[in-house]
Amino acid sequence: MRVYLDHSATTPVDPEVAALMMTYYTEKYGNPSSVHGFGREAKQALEQARSQVAELIGATPKEVTFTSGGTEADNLAILGTAEALRKKGKHIITSCIEHHAVLETCEYLEKNGFDLTVIPVNEEGILSVDEVKKAIRPDTILISVMHANNEVGSIQPIAEIGRLTKEHGITFHVDAVQSLGKIPINVDEMNVDLMTVSSHKIYGPKGVGALYIRKGVRVVPMAHGGGQEKRRRAGTENTPGIIGFGKACELAGQRMADDTKHQTKLRDKLMNGISERIEYVKVNGPLGEKRLPNNVNVSIRYVEGESLLLSLDMLGIAASSGSACTSGSLDPSHVLLAMGLVHEIAHGSLRFTLGRQNTEAEIDYLLEQLPKIVERLRMMSPLYDQVIHKQQAQ
Amino acid sequence: MYTEKVMDHFNNPRNVGEMENPDGVGEVGNAKCGDIMRIYLDIEGDIIKDVKFKTFGCGAAVATSSMVTEMVKGKTIDEAMVISNAAVAEALGGLPETKMHCSNLAADALHKAIGNYRDKQQTKE
Repeated sequence: MRVYLDHSATTPVDPEVAALMMTYYTEKYGNPSSVHGFGREAKQALEQARSQVAELIGATPKEVTFTSGGTEADNLAILGTAEALRKKGKHIITSCIEHHAVLETCEYLEKNGFDLTVIPVNEEGILSVDEVKKAIRPDTILISVMHANNEVGSIQPIAEIGRLTKEHGITFHVDAVQSLGKIPINVDEMNVDLMTVSSHKIYGPKGVGALYIRKGVRVVPMAHGGGQEKRRRAGTENTPGIIGFGKACELAGQRMADDTKHQTKLRDKLMNGISERIEYVKVNGPLGEKRLPNNVNVSIRYVEGESLLLSLDMLGIAASSGSACTSGSLDPSHVLLAMGLVHEIAHGSLRFTLGRQNTEAEIDYLLEQLPKIVERLRMMSPLYDQVIHKQQAQ
Repeated sequence: MYTEKVMDHFNNPRNVGEMENPDGVGEVGNAKCGDIMRIYLDIEGDIIKDVKFKTFGCGAAVATSSMVTEMVKGKTIDEAMVISNAAVAEALGGLPETKMHCSNLAADALHKAIGNYRDKQQTKE
């Protein structure tokens, strides 16, 4: 049995999306900038995709700039705003649980003369609007906060922060890569100026994303050398990818209610099932409405995350972890640490992110296998000895 | 990312367990880093008769622990003292570069256990 539970890393491309894209590789392959018929049909499809993306976030098509993905959109938003507003001020605010594409871009600016305030989060992984309010200075030019966290699924109070930024005339950027297509988004209701979205998290192709840029908001481009995307992003458009992204947005909009219902049910079954079947487990992140419908994140004490992943992988189950081994550094997940988890508990974290195609039978299989894996690893763990000895003493 | 040999030792680790009244115990690493290895030795004369380990850590941590126990069983303590972390990694067909520092500590745990045994011998004398 092969069970994919890592949809926040990436999703399969919807067959309808893939089929549509193929046409634009092999038949309608024109350059959208060309004046001839080949170019015009590509251009028309490109603009339709722009409308489809705009529709899903409550924007107008002109406000959508296509990029090579979420990371580029985050970079364009942050660097482009800093460049545009550097004479107005040098202060930027972000949160400590942002994706590295935001955090490291902000840190890059900090090294280059900007001031950075990083807002903490509570133990559920949610930041406080009051803290943001307190951090605002007369020279604050940009606030960047993610809509939903990629590791623990915590949904941030974006609309409330949006009211603040509007009041103070500060540009507001939101990374909505994880929330797009999963929960409703409306850039006007949220008072967002810039929003990052990505295709491959919503059953579209990899290598495509977009930055929503509110009408009237200036972002200095990073790529020069062409008039594409209203001079905001030079370079021949990835037409098939963008068209696939558009279609994926349309499908996500149509399926959101069903997806949410299906995934919430599986999420709660999995989260409760793990807590019932395995001792010494901690659920990371908020419960209920404040959590993405597809995210499960637990810390399994006395075992290490990569060992769990390898053991699951042997059984065909794909998940991810916030342990140091999987983060590529010596420290475990910055998100879990920011939520107050001690290192050893963060090292034992497991993330399961659900998708459209997951079934109850798959969750049953996982719930049957995981306790055995944990038991095996705990019997090997010197940390668990202390627990057993304590139990025996009682 | 791991060799077949690493995965074999991870899935079927040799000599897992504890030992009652071991002649030497050595522990390295800490939970904060995500790796702890503890090695128990049963020594007769200067021959390692039996060895057990317990490890909290990633695949490489478990596999190197298992491998080092296989490498030292029946060896003299002097022979065991010259086994290096690099030799353990080599016996496993290599480890990913990122694992060479953080999770390749099994020989250190072994040497610590031998040190513990020698300390005990000295106190006896």
